[in-house]
Amino acid sequence: MTSRPRVAVIDHGAGNLVSIDQALTTVGADGIVVADRGSLTSCDAMILPGVGAAGPAMARLKARGLADPIRAWAAAERPLLGICLGLQLLFDVSDEDGAETLGIVPGRTVRMEHAPTLPHTGWNQVEQKRSHPIFDGIVDGADLYFVHSYVGRPAASAQDVVLATTEHGAPFVSALARGSLLGVQFHPERSGRDGLRLLANFVDLVRAA
Amino acid sequence: MLRHRVIPCLDVADGRVVKGRRFQDLTDEGDPAELAERYALEGADELVFLDITAAPERRGTLLDIVDRTARRAFIPLTVGGGVRSVDEMRAVLRAGADKVSLNTAAVNDLMLIEACARTFGRQAVVVAIDARMTMSGTWEVVVKGGREPTGLDAVDWAERAVGLGAGELLVTSIDRDGTGNGFDTALLRAIAERVSVPVIASGGAAGPDDFIAAIRDGGADAVLAASIFHRGIRTISEVKEAMAVAGLPIRLVPELVA
Repeated sequence: MTSRPRVAVIDHGAGNLVSIDQALTTVGADGIVVADRGSLTSCDAMILPGVGAAGPAMARLKARGLADPIRAWAAAERPLLGICLGLQLLFDVSDEDGAETLGIVPGRTVRMEHAPTLPHTGWNQVEQKRSHPIFDGIVDGADLYFVHSYVGRPAASAQDVVLATTEHGAPFVSALARGSLLGVQFHPERSGRDGLRLLANFVDLVRAA
Repeated sequence: MLRHRVIPCLDVADGRVVKGRRFQDLTDEGDPAELAERYALEGADELVFLDITAAPERRGTLLDIVDRTARRAFIPLTVGGGVRSVDEMRAVLRAGADKVSLNTAAVNDLMLIEACARTFGRQAVVVAIDARMTMSGTWEVVVKGGREPTGLDAVDWAERAVGLGAGELLVTSIDRDGTGNGFDTALLRAIAERVSVPVIASGGAAGPDDFIAAIRDGGADAVLAASIFHRGIRTISEVKEAMAVAGLPIRLVPELVA
């Protein structure tokens, strides 16, 4: 493994990739914006970012021939981090647009229930349910930045993926992990020092893989 | 528990941060990216840039500032001023903004909010409402930096904007902006009671008590101010500490707590 891992940042067309690119640079990795499957081969890890709605995002991934390569990447147990919509896309299906999503983790994406405000926007506490190296140096209950209206809900058979929960009207899964697969509902690239720390931990896991 | 956000606003004209009283008498207050980074380190929860010149030929300057800021301050950035189309919004997001605020253009083109929300998600669409109190005690939406009345009732417009796809409202009292007389909590309350999206209070902050009132009395989720931070009258951490002492849930910045 090189000292500066190459991290594929999947571009599904909608949002800001500058923050993730710069955050990766800051923590010692090189972000490679990937808009087609050919660019994946030279990468050590993958980040599936995301803003926007599930339906259009899945449509763009399919149009660019990226849906199957992402599934294959996860199946090969290569390091993969889903962020926000990117976490939700890991599940089977989304109630947002009724979109069929990647089906990497059993479960579905549902609209947040009992939320006093929607979208859930701002800094909220991430309660760590088990220890994991992705949280090294980040205190239990740390504030991280969220902006979303839907949440991923693992199936009963997949509850062991839950890594952290957060509360906004009701508790929801704010981080998950299964082997080299990780997902966070917050935006580490927009969460100040703790967010950068989490990305640095991810890069460390990639180096160790 | 979700924290109340303290958001410094940087009014940007021709690549510099400026501030005037009631959108007039502009004075130069520094480099946007540099100020943004300083605020992030001081504990700002988010940043707002409002491009108040927003002349089309100056767009490149703004995008460059957004890029430089996104690379220095790892907190969310909202950019407003002069965005009139999905393509213009895309350019601002691609430059490194997380949200775009729509103001005059949203009033002129109702389909703009809907189109932007459909393309980028409603979480990326902030609708900025500048409101002025009328003789009858209601509030009227004004546009073009507070110069032009629209005849729209601000509370009705707020509700309509959310229905069209706004994911957040930035509510500025033009009567209070730059005066230091405190937020218009009645305006905030009237809007916050009618919408489920977060409301950001703006216009009139002089001290920590005003921020606390905007949340307690106005029902705002977040508070925004410009000149009191730029001029060093109050620091962000000072304001947040006062809010915490008052019992409001806020994010204490790890660097400052140690």
